[in-house]
Amino acid sequence: MKSFMAVLAVTTALTIPSLASAAQVTLTTKMRSYGGNGAYLAYYVTNAQGRYVGSLWMAGGKTRYYEHLSGWYRATGGNTAEINGITGASVGSGRTLKVTLDLADTLFDAGYQLHIDAAVEDMRDSPNEIVVPLTSAGAGKAVSGSRYIANFSFAR
Amino acid sequence: MIRSLHRWFGLIAALLLIVITVSGAALSIFPVSDALNTPSAGNISVATLAERIKANEPTVEQIRRAPSGQITAYYFKGDAPVSSAIDPATGAALGTTEKSGVERWLINLHRSLFLDDNGRYAVAFGAVSMLILSTAGLFMLARRAGGWRLIFKPTRGTGDGRLHAILSRAALPGLLLSSMTGLWMVAATFDVLPQGAPAPLFPTEVSGQTGMAPGKIALLQQTPVDALRSLTFPLAGDSTDAFRLKTSDGEGYIDQGNGTLLAWSDANWIDKASHLATMLHTGRGLAWLGVILGLSALVTPVLSWTGLLIWLKGRGRQKIKSVAAADADTIVLVASESGTTWAFAQTLQSALSAAGLRVHVGPITAFNPEHWPKAKRVVLMAATYGDGAAPSMAAGFLDTFRRMPVKRGLSLAILGFGDRSFPAFCGFAKDIADAAESKGWSSLVPFDTVDRQSPQDFARWGRVLAQKLRLDFELNHVPVLPRTWQMELISKRDYGASVQAATSILRFALPKHSFWKRFLGQGFPRFEAGDLIAVVPEGSQLPRYYSLASGSKDGFVEICVRKHAGGLCSGQLVALEPGDSITAFVRANPGFRPQRGRKPVILIGAGTGIGPLAGFARANQKHRAMHLYFGTRHPASDAFYAEELYGWQKEGRLASVSTAFSRSATPAYVQDLLRADAAKLTKLIAAGGQILVCGGREMAAGVADALTDVLAPAGPSLATLKAEGRYAEDVY
Repeated sequence: MKSFMAVLAVTTALTIPSLASAAQVTLTTKMRSYGGNGAYLAYYVTNAQGRYVGSLWMAGGKTRYYEHLSGWYRATGGNTAEINGITGASVGSGRTLKVTLDLADTLFDAGYQLHIDAAVEDMRDSPNEIVVPLTSAGAGKAVSGSRYIANFSFAR
Repeated sequence: MIRSLHRWFGLIAALLLIVITVSGAALSIFPVSDALNTPSAGNISVATLAERIKANEPTVEQIRRAPSGQITAYYFKGDAPVSSAIDPATGAALGTTEKSGVERWLINLHRSLFLDDNGRYAVAFGAVSMLILSTAGLFMLARRAGGWRLIFKPTRGTGDGRLHAILSRAALPGLLLSSMTGLWMVAATFDVLPQGAPAPLFPTEVSGQTGMAPGKIALLQQTPVDALRSLTFPLAGDSTDAFRLKTSDGEGYIDQGNGTLLAWSDANWIDKASHLATMLHTGRGLAWLGVILGLSALVTPVLSWTGLLIWLKGRGRQKIKSVAAADADTIVLVASESGTTWAFAQTLQSALSAAGLRVHVGPITAFNPEHWPKAKRVVLMAATYGDGAAPSMAAGFLDTFRRMPVKRGLSLAILGFGDRSFPAFCGFAKDIADAAESKGWSSLVPFDTVDRQSPQDFARWGRVLAQKLRLDFELNHVPVLPRTWQMELISKRDYGASVQAATSILRFALPKHSFWKRFLGQGFPRFEAGDLIAVVPEGSQLPRYYSLASGSKDGFVEICVRKHAGGLCSGQLVALEPGDSITAFVRANPGFRPQRGRKPVILIGAGTGIGPLAGFARANQKHRAMHLYFGTRHPASDAFYAEELYGWQKEGRLASVSTAFSRSATPAYVQDLLRADAAKLTKLIAAGGQILVCGGREMAAGVADALTDVLAPAGPSLATLKAEGRYAEDVY
């Protein structure tokens, strides 16, 4: 079980000026026993038009592998400034990752979607393995992934 | 400097390197099985391949080509993501390509010791150590061989040092390649290399249409499958997405509606070098190279072990209690690569002290007559490393010695320790002796040498020293004996009675051992003709060495011994009767035996020196051209091995036999035979022949003179032949 506390970097689009309009959100990702090395996971948000808004978390530290997170990579051009200060270790087979962040209230119930791209060395790339709308109603509901992620949920 | 680098990195990194190399060796098997199980793609284009796969699996997301040539496709079966190897001829799925748990486990052990980045740093340190060890080792090999030109010649010496040299020479190229490419891979992982070509940005504008069949896209048609790295299909239902193609030349995006190239960036040399380094290191795509690297890596544990043994032996230098240098009348200084010379110094010290002298013993680096106000004499005991070089501890001593002024009233004795099978036997000691002479140091006793730690040589020198000092002492150096065996005499042939020189050919049974003992390596060691047997006579602890006339394959131990007047050991041996036993052990003498191959061999011997030469002929079942020149006293009494020589010549094991008798009606020596056969000998040497000489010291000197004359007009010099291992002596 890994857990992280993080406050989004000031430069990202998701920043909130004061904590008054923000709430702590915990993202819980449980991995399947896929039987490979640690998985790289990219968490990012797109708006109602499907445009990239910003990144929430990057699990995995070696930039040369980021191109395998192809949805995130396409959206950002692999720009590591997008994940400055919100990077952690990759997540092993069968393990669970919990990340707690301060997210602006305005992101919820406004058509934003949370994406998770996953990739494992020498195995299949799995962009958009999870795509969930950021809604108040969706909080606490587990969503299954297709390849590496057993289930994902967020809690406010 | 080079030796200490080698030693310290070896000691520190040994365990780490064993883990890395053994796991690496195990990993080298996988590319072979990949290569055997991968169907060939032939000359098809990426377009054809993509069409074939898409026809079978319409949901295909990505196609990858591994360096081994294996094609993998990623697609869906219903909702389930699937990956499968593909037969490029049909596009049909062949089954999973994911690495097995064992292989992944080995890879993670090999590159990071299961410790993530810290493990990678440790492994990188291992690779740097290997690079330093290999490079320093290469210089040491060259020094040991006597120069870069001779580095591929057969390795001289015995025991662990020889094994270490032989194995490391074979494994060096592989280890160097593995460590350099491995370092490159670590550097790439940590992004410390110069940047590769930047990936092209995802195109901002696409046609917005979909549905172009990959088989119709021009770039894919022009790209052969062999150049493919990966092809990623656009996401189903996303009209803003594009094909992404990676090849050995670069990567780019292709429009999914009209097939035009939207963006492209060429791979630069860093990308190509990284790809090459990975292929060279892993053997993926070059399975045969992988196997060579794997075998080289497997040698590392043996190198670590023999290296450790060599180091431990070198540390065997005992702490010798001695009189302070300022109070001593006799200074004994040692320059030694291994600890053995120190043991000789200790023997000398106790003998001299018992005779009433005040002796100081120290390392040769402490040479400074200024500090020895009471000293009357200095004994320098100097071992030689490799081809005439100074032991590492004595590096620079010669320069210091040459600069130092001669001190009156102080005389020098110089004793060299070495191995006669090296060309520059006792070269370092000889250099000191020459320097001492040219500077005008007064000489206590003439320069002398000790061959292969021979206690006899040492005792002989000791008698000269005792006489000079007018003291009464004997230098009884008792080396630590290796394990000995009892051997029973099974047959005996006597000669020489009529010339008052009793000589016998003695044949002993091999000591018998259970299979289990042999398996544990505790049996009688394997030996070949030309190796030495050390016989420990009754009433003495000093072994006497005799050249073996048989090898293990013959199933017996045979020697040819002449009784010396007053000889303790030879007297006992010649008096043996079948059923009697001796105590003995075997010592390898790899410098004295025919080199591998079919080149001619010239065997020259006199008296009992025929022994090992007869052994070589007996073992010559391949009928290689061996020419024997043999000198002895009288045909009636001293014709050793006469029947066998006749038989071997008839069978072809000996190409020719020439014999000289010194006490016949027309006396002749073996040197005379050589001079008479000059034309033939010149031809044999020109054909790459090798000369092996066995016999007494005087006879060997006579033979060397004769050969020098014979070869002078056209052939290479004896020194050259010796350096190439083509002229070897076994003298006594």
